Amino acid sequence: MKLHEYQAKQVFADAGIPTPASQLASDVDGAVAAAEEIGYPVAIKAQVQVGGRGKAGGIKLVDDDEEAREAADEILGMDLKGYHVDRVLVEGAVDFTDELYVGITMDRGEGKPVAMVSTKGGVNIEEVAEEDPDAIAREHIDPAFGMHPYQARKAVYDAGVDKAIARDVSSVLTTLYDLWENRDGSDAEINPLMVTADDEVIAADAVMNIDEDALFRQPELAEMEDEAAGGDELEQKADEYGFDYVRLEGNVGIIGNGAGLVMTTLDLVDYYDGEPANFLDVGGGAKAERIANALDMVFSDDNVDSVVFNIFGGITRGDEVAKGINEALEQFDEIPKPVVVRLAGTNWEEGMEILNEDLVTVEQTLEDAVERTVAYAEEVNE
Amino acid sequence: MSVLVDDDTRVVVQGITGGEGKFHAEQMMEYGTNVVAGAVPGKGGQEAAGVPVYDTVHEAVEEENADTSVIFVPPAFAGDAVFESLDSDLDLAVAITEGIPTQDMAKVNKRLTETDTRLIGPNCPGLITPGEAKLGILPGNIFSAGNVGLVSRSGTLTYQVVDSLTNRGIGQTTAIGIGGDPIIGTDFVDALELFENDDDTDAIVMCGEIGGEDEEEAAHFIDENVDTPVAGFIAGRTAPPGKRMGHAGAIVSGSGTGTAESKISALNDAGVPVGDTPEEVADHIESFL
Repeated sequence: MKLHEYQAKQVFADAGIPTPASQLASDVDGAVAAAEEIGYPVAIKAQVQVGGRGKAGGIKLVDDDEEAREAADEILGMDLKGYHVDRVLVEGAVDFTDELYVGITMDRGEGKPVAMVSTKGGVNIEEVAEEDPDAIAREHIDPAFGMHPYQARKAVYDAGVDKAIARDVSSVLTTLYDLWENRDGSDAEINPLMVTADDEVIAADAVMNIDEDALFRQPELAEMEDEAAGGDELEQKADEYGFDYVRLEGNVGIIGNGAGLVMTTLDLVDYYDGEPANFLDVGGGAKAERIANALDMVFSDDNVDSVVFNIFGGITRGDEVAKGINEALEQFDEIPKPVVVRLAGTNWEEGMEILNEDLVTVEQTLEDAVERTVAYAEEVNE
Repeated sequence: MSVLVDDDTRVVVQGITGGEGKFHAEQMMEYGTNVVAGAVPGKGGQEAAGVPVYDTVHEAVEEENADTSVIFVPPAFAGDAVFESLDSDLDLAVAITEGIPTQDMAKVNKRLTETDTRLIGPNCPGLITPGEAKLGILPGNIFSAGNVGLVSRSGTLTYQVVDSLTNRGIGQTTAIGIGGDPIIGTDFVDALELFENDDDTDAIVMCGEIGGEDEEEAAHFIDENVDTPVAGFIAGRTAPPGKRMGHAGAIVSGSGTGTAESKISALNDAGVPVGDTPEEVADHIESFL
């Protein structure tokens, strides 16, 4: 789960990381009033979760009421890379001399958290990582002990941060790590951490991604999730149902169990010259209702012309899957799109007995199921 | 011969009184696995799936000589359950649970380096030595005993490939689902080493997916250390960059590593053919035998 910038900034500020004065606004008048209160110049920043907001016109620096009104009017309601902007953060502009990067993430290869510091802030840090990896100092942290202060200092010195601000940057980094640990972060980043002429540091942006699996022990952050929602309507629906779902460009709907098998099903649709419309993993041990919800999801996508159900049961049981498919399809007078079912693994025989074969096409193998589904999709478009 | 598990393995099931724990404890026993106890805090003295339940894993080890645990504990408590198994000097712990917070696993990962217990998982289907024992949730009926070792990051993909093998009469020595989470116990390299050192394993299937660099590392290891022929499969060729496909690990960074392409070419460079479909993987294995 990714927090909005304004949410992450609040979390950072509460922990003692310096952030610019800011206010959230959802209409033009509110934005202008906020700008007046904060004092010009201010930045007006679209609160949507996409990268490169500045380049896409979602961040504007303004000097007076008139400019603020114009910018807020332009940004509010705009469509930024598919996301509708309905809130802006009005933020005091920082007069800076330098821009740094600080971040904490999990290094999956090492199985340990890693703290990163760079004096090349304010730019795409992934590009820096690729083109000039030595420009980022990295310090691995023992998760059992947390980050020792010396490790923060070491990363800061290794990065070549100016001595005058080294102590403050170390302090920001230590706070950021504690936040990351206590709030079950997956990534916590400040880019840029601005340095002023007076040698103060201030977080001009804030990124905080939370491990979804840990939300049960982060009730405050879980509440922010509703506010943070946005994006594709179908993906929002998938969130409500609790599915791993990704909408794609094609017309062959795909439902399966287990990420690896669902990805393989996508790959096979491509192999048989079809185009996947989505990735939908019902997860392990799905019961009938969940299966019915999955079908509802895929039927809701107008681009879908046919659907393949690929279940290889382990913890998931074929009889439950068959019940769910029947339940979902029996409510239609006419099935909206052809559904191909392939059941294997745990209780597949019981499932085949239950499955209403008047409503679906049954195939025994993955390859046959995918080929048939692609053929159905092609028929629709002939 | 078998890898990691056989019919002497004495299993304690952590979380045996839960729905999944009980169902799969029974399934394991039906398959022939020697399940000797359950461990559930507060449920000591009861019986579940026909075996005694203890409050702690330590007790199960003391009373029933358990040497292996299979963990069906809900995610909020599963990290702690893994720690408990590591603290009980077991030979092997298999964590089936999906959705354990990553930071919990980082701490487990650290503790693992201090113990002799081997961990499989979490978020995995477990492992099976056909005809002897299965630890976890794999559907036993699709496996058959034979001479092919299999290691996979994805549970259901394991089943798919095994199905293709078994249908052609190709059996397996052991199949290990290592799990798709960012931080896991046993990884590809560990499993490949086990199969390489197993006299009965004549060929190996390795199923990977996009995200992380484990497959690239495995390819390097195969190149240097594995004489047994290996065939591979990589799921996620069509995954769009930047989208998260289920597993936390399955993120295409877009930076040239962790993609299906980089994994496939690393494997090819190590002399490992990679199938376009699960059936093609079986074709390659057939050609090795």
